[in-house]
Amino acid sequence: MNPLINAKIPAGDIAEKWENHKFSMNLVNPSNKRKFEIIVVGTGLAGASAAATLGELGYRVKAFTFHDSPRRAHSIAAQGGINAAKNYTNDGDSVHRLFYDTVKGGDYRSREANVHRLAEVSVNIIDQATAQGVPFARDYGGLLDNRSFGGAQVSRTFYARGQTGQQLLIGAYSALMRQVAAGTVELHSRAELLDVVTKDGQACGIVTRDLVSGEVTPHSAHAVVLATGGYGNVYFLSTNAMMCNVTAAWRAHRKGALFANPCYTQIHPTCIPASDDFQSKLTLMSESLRNDGRIWVPETKADNRGAGDIPENERDYYLERKYPAFGNLVPRDVASRNAKTVVDAGHGVGPLANGVYLDFSGAIARDGLDAISAKYGNLFDMYQRITGENPYQTPMRIYPATHYTMGGLWVDYNLMTNVKGLYAIGEANFSDHGANRLGASALMQGLADGYFVLPYTIGDGLAGQLGSDPVPTTDPVFTQAIAGVNDTNRRWLATNGTKSVDHYHRELGRLVWDNIGMARNKAGLQQAVTDIPALKEEYHKNVRVLGSADTLNQSLEKAGRVADFFELAELMARDALQREESCGGHFRDEHQTPEGEAQRDDENFAHVAAWEWTGEGNTPTRHQEELTFDNVALSQRSYK
Amino acid sequence: MAQTPNQRYRVAPLRPRKKSWPFPMNIYQTAVGRKWVMALTGMGLIGFVLIHMIGNLHVYEGPARMHEYAETLRTLGGGLMPRGLVLWLMRLGLLGMFGLHLHSAITLKNMSGNSSEEATLIGGAKKYAGGRQHLAANYASRTMRWTGPIIALYLFYHLADLTWGWWLGDKFVSGDPYHNVTQSLSSLPVAILYIVANIALALHIFHGAWSMFQSLGINSPRYNHLRRGLAATLAGLILIGNLSFPLLTQTGLISEDNRECPINETTGLACLVEQAEGH
Amino acid sequence: MSNNAEIINVTIKVWRQDGPTSEGRFETHQQAISTHASFLEMLDLLNESLNDQGHEPIAFESDCREGICGTCGVMINGRAHGPQKATATCQLHMREFSDGDEIVIEPFRASGFPVIRDLAVDRSPLDRIIESGGYITVNTGAASDANLTPVPKEASDQAFDAAACIGCGACVAACPNSAGQLFTAAKIGHLNLLPQGQAERWKRTENMVETMEEFFGSCTNHGECSEACPKEISLDFIAFMNRDYLKAKVKNRALTGQK
Repeated sequence: MNPLINAKIPAGDIAEKWENHKFSMNLVNPSNKRKFEIIVVGTGLAGASAAATLGELGYRVKAFTFHDSPRRAHSIAAQGGINAAKNYTNDGDSVHRLFYDTVKGGDYRSREANVHRLAEVSVNIIDQATAQGVPFARDYGGLLDNRSFGGAQVSRTFYARGQTGQQLLIGAYSALMRQVAAGTVELHSRAELLDVVTKDGQACGIVTRDLVSGEVTPHSAHAVVLATGGYGNVYFLSTNAMMCNVTAAWRAHRKGALFANPCYTQIHPTCIPASDDFQSKLTLMSESLRNDGRIWVPETKADNRGAGDIPENERDYYLERKYPAFGNLVPRDVASRNAKTVVDAGHGVGPLANGVYLDFSGAIARDGLDAISAKYGNLFDMYQRITGENPYQTPMRIYPATHYTMGGLWVDYNLMTNVKGLYAIGEANFSDHGANRLGASALMQGLADGYFVLPYTIGDGLAGQLGSDPVPTTDPVFTQAIAGVNDTNRRWLATNGTKSVDHYHRELGRLVWDNIGMARNKAGLQQAVTDIPALKEEYHKNVRVLGSADTLNQSLEKAGRVADFFELAELMARDALQREESCGGHFRDEHQTPEGEAQRDDENFAHVAAWEWTGEGNTPTRHQEELTFDNVALSQRSYK
Repeated sequence: MAQTPNQRYRVAPLRPRKKSWPFPMNIYQTAVGRKWVMALTGMGLIGFVLIHMIGNLHVYEGPARMHEYAETLRTLGGGLMPRGLVLWLMRLGLLGMFGLHLHSAITLKNMSGNSSEEATLIGGAKKYAGGRQHLAANYASRTMRWTGPIIALYLFYHLADLTWGWWLGDKFVSGDPYHNVTQSLSSLPVAILYIVANIALALHIFHGAWSMFQSLGINSPRYNHLRRGLAATLAGLILIGNLSFPLLTQTGLISEDNRECPINETTGLACLVEQAEGH
Repeated sequence: MSNNAEIINVTIKVWRQDGPTSEGRFETHQQAISTHASFLEMLDLLNESLNDQGHEPIAFESDCREGICGTCGVMINGRAHGPQKATATCQLHMREFSDGDEIVIEPFRASGFPVIRDLAVDRSPLDRIIESGGYITVNTGAASDANLTPVPKEASDQAFDAAACIGCGACVAACPNSAGQLFTAAKIGHLNLLPQGQAERWKRTENMVETMEEFFGSCTNHGECSEACPKEISLDFIAFMNRDYLKAKVKNRALTGQK
């Protein structure tokens, strides 16, 4: 086995692995916990829940967010819900079914042991969140309500109107603030990680820049946890927040952490199509809309008639037609790719012919306007604010957009990267979703990692360090890192080119979307491998960043983030190029079934591709972690 | 490594919390508590204004009944209490409420001013240089800090005028309110002053009576929609009642033309008592 | 259909301030913009052209641009988050404006929200309020089954109405007194209405209100906050907080004795 990628999966029956592992791990006794310092970077669902829980356990935690408040992380924007195998609806759900659905939904490219653990702790998350005061939807008896979500045939999704993410994050944030008040967590807001510091192959701290004063500060600790989210903004246009970036993960990667499966990006099927070139981001409409909305396009190409003028028999309800069993509720990748197919074929609707209809007229006729407005009112209002169209009267126009990235830092079963003492949780790691994430599973994974997994597994890593102090911040490894950060900032300000950071980000996004988007092919990927470095070179020579490094300087912040996106994009292209199969969010035109479905190659690609940084300008090394499936039979996904 | 206050508090508190006073005085230490005091005293003062207005309607029954009403106030408590004691206790109570109302208003205004100081581009209350649009705040709510002082000044004038008789001089007859009122309000400038002051009072009550429910947390979905109406009714009644006095005096409806009793503190008052009894 | 994008020309009068202690000033710019663009995309474009001309771009904050994270927020023509009701700045679109309009943009102002730079202000006092009691004490793993305590749907729904607060600070900005009542009341209302929040109800209310008063002004019930609120949080929660605060003063004393 490759020593770099030992996943450390515990032995035993899949259902007992986690229990056994918890028992066999080293523990840190309560009075010793306060001797350990832990840095948690990011305060989204994963980061806030981890920092709070570690604080409760007695560790000395430093939490970092580059926002003004921990409550603003992009977890907050999740609308639909969170899965849990509670089986409150008595429709046959179980831990095993959630496990099975997630492995299958991930197109058999995730680790069975991790996914099973996720399904096990999912039930605890709901208990925890409810106790924190998260106002999940309830029925008239006062008990929790559930709804169904894409990729599942049971109702296991807990939700809080259209803002489940915000409510869960407020829960985790409030738990974090309780620890801040208690003094166990030291909160650093508006502090952006600019480097991960390692010594003798072990993570020993980070370097941050205060976004207000520009001060660059070292922080040392026994362990560093990255909970810094995904890299969807590499596409420039995505449903990610404006500030989401890959910088923390990428700097860790450059310090030796492997980056796994970067080509697994998820395109969310229900977003509002772009309306013009100046578009700054795309807005997601909750997937739950597919429960009641019917997706269709006109049968005639380039049909200019209004939606209402197209008679029923000239509409193509293509998902219902192709997938009678799941209909409009097929998994995200399937729904997205089908939308692309019909739009590429000329059936697109809207002024730029870049969308498909999501029609609620049937549901309104069936359930009444009030029922639909009670369920989706806030989403409809949001749609109307953005597009100026009334979705109660005309069908919504939707189109897929980048939404989530399954790839991320490679971690073992303990959520530790191959760099000792460096952990990655939530969307920042690659672990649980395989090649495609099911709806309402991101919140579940973030909170599972933060509340129930990392707090146990981190103790195992720390136990061996008892008695040793963190590396002092006066150590040369820190002073070098600080000098590096300052140098880079100075370089951006001195470049004095002609184009803004956003300009290059947009150009990069276009390149990535065209070549490493919803469907990829060899020629395009090869093109990307050469085009991206060329654009990157121009970026470094010709970007214009004004102002100084001693004040709030948003261009300077972005400059560094976009530079990392360039390097990541190149890696994505390489990864996609080498993965000669289609699976989940990675669809290669060359590898599809006669019906146009993703064609996996289990014989050659049932593995995780983990990339090692080999230095600036060098080709990265690809390592493989073989995946074994003992509990779920590999099969061609079918949602017909 | 402990966090320095600077790291924990990028923005330092404008008013760090002070040591707590003993209960229940600690309630008055905070703004929310102080708003309770303001609301409760406001409620008391509205009650006074309403009863005062209703009592004054006796003026329409002529000088004798007016005198009888005044006398009733002085002899409240009947034979149990010395004459005037209950009235004085009530006056002290009113004075206390007024003092608390005023003190809480001034201190809370300062607190808000201090919270907006750095926001202010032009001295005084919080302003936006680009102008600002009010959406919910109405004329009454925005002028509370003007109508309040107007009422306080007016109150002083009113007491000096009709209780202490400073301005009527020789014409002032202690214990004969009917005479004093007609004397005072028949002067046009005085009538105008009363009208202006009472409009200010009504505006103050219009916002105050509604605001009171908020401050006291009297809030029930079933009745909330009635709060505005109640405030408007109260303010309206008080406005109509109080404005009627100067207006009707000016038009001559309230006058001493038909008065039968002489105007002085001895025989005049005795005559009024007789008239009232014979009624 | 409103699909036909129209290009309008607007005059932007925007507040510029180099740092927390610097003197600020207004700057005027012209911008042509499609009515399909969002307000912040208009600022993005303006920034891009400023950058191209060698002027530092205007600092303003935004993140999710979906109206939920609460990062954005500026005063637009004297209204917090601009002219559209129940809409955060990031969700405001240029179709709300007409050709030739002058748009005045200022930061959210209050002493508790010092300006960092241009339109960016520091709203960390809101975190201090949460820190002082805006939570339910339950350690990870200590929770019982979620369905053990039924919560009446009405209570849950009302708590949700309060919990919808996105912490943007528009209430403070819109308030002529710079009061933080609506934010604090929303947070208190959310937790105090739920059965889970009862154990700490009185202590929470007392602490959060008193922390709020360390930073913000006093409420005079204008109602501007609720009008400015992108989530339309009701003034009723302020009344609820006021009531709970007095009760808290009495209850905390009864339970813990005189301090």
